[in-house]
Amino acid sequence: MAIKVRIPTPLRKLTNGKDEVEGGGKNIKDLINDIEKQYPGLKERICEDDGKIRRFVNIYVNDEDIRFKNSIDTELKDGDEISIIPAIAGGMF
Amino acid sequence: MNFTEEQIERYSRHIILPEVGGKGQAKLLDAKVFVLGAGGLGSPALYYLAAAGIGTIGIADADCVDLSNLQRQIIHSTEKIGMPKVESAKKSIEGLNPDVKVIVYNERLGIDNIRKIIRDYDVILDGSDNFPTRYLMNDACFFEKKTLVSGSMFRFDGQVTIFKPHEGKPCYRCLYPEPPPKGLVPSCQEAGVLGALAGVIGVIQAVEAIKQILKIGDELAGHLLIFDALAMTFRKVKVRRDTQCALCGDNPTVKDLVMYEQACEIQAAKCST
Repeated sequence: MAIKVRIPTPLRKLTNGKDEVEGGGKNIKDLINDIEKQYPGLKERICEDDGKIRRFVNIYVNDEDIRFKNSIDTELKDGDEISIIPAIAGGMF
Repeated sequence: MNFTEEQIERYSRHIILPEVGGKGQAKLLDAKVFVLGAGGLGSPALYYLAAAGIGTIGIADADCVDLSNLQRQIIHSTEKIGMPKVESAKKSIEGLNPDVKVIVYNERLGIDNIRKIIRDYDVILDGSDNFPTRYLMNDACFFEKKTLVSGSMFRFDGQVTIFKPHEGKPCYRCLYPEPPPKGLVPSCQEAGVLGALAGVIGVIQAVEAIKQILKIGDELAGHLLIFDALAMTFRKVKVRRDTQCALCGDNPTVKDLVMYEQACEIQAAKCST
């Protein structure tokens, strides 16, 4: 099962510049572990040590924030589009 | 409201729109909008708010114009380097539209002054460049029951939404419960931003602020608009009010303003006086 994951620009250093990667898994937790295998370093930018999503990063399945679904246990189906959206603050200095 | 002939001509492209009309234009001329930051986002937002004839515009910024600002902060100009940004912005706005009364706050907003300053305004635009100020402004708007049009950008990405917890819509803490801790976001030296991206995001903020005043169309409250300049895509995702939110949730723990620590040093530009 291939699921598309949109990568925000701050994390593209870890995906060889790709703005979208593909991964697999029955839920968000599996999917993150799968893309971590392909692009090491991604997981620690998204997750706390205990595997929970960091408080300033949101993950959306299609247009729904997984915090309002089943968090990292949110189940995935073929064709779902995942977006990783970190908080950004810039106006820049 | 009685328009002068000059005003009828100046705002004619608004007035002929059925969604705006003379009544709408009068609302804009009566409106008070506060813009935090006369920087990348504030510049285009201020220009269009002024052009639209927003009657009173408040601007807060404690910095002075620096050469490195001019790649995106279009309300300033080369001869204004060293001038306080609020003064520079005021001059540009007055040059564009003398109908606008500009009130400047050449100071940093903090716990002591922010609520009092925003109290007089109808709509608030956040174009600030750091997390502590964003959380402070969000919380202040919650306590003062003000609608907050939030825009932010980083490199090639931009985000826009509206926070309106006083109308049952989410706040910034519903969207992102906590700011990133020190050391986890790229340092300021690593950061950069595509100048024209500021135009896209700041202008969308102005559009949303104007729609709030006119009460027309669909609002962004409850949605986050995400712009990816490299992929050239706009996407909208849902933002829900979080019943666990520390500020506007059912059992709030944030009951007063808090100022978080800066994730990195802000280097203010030197002022010429």
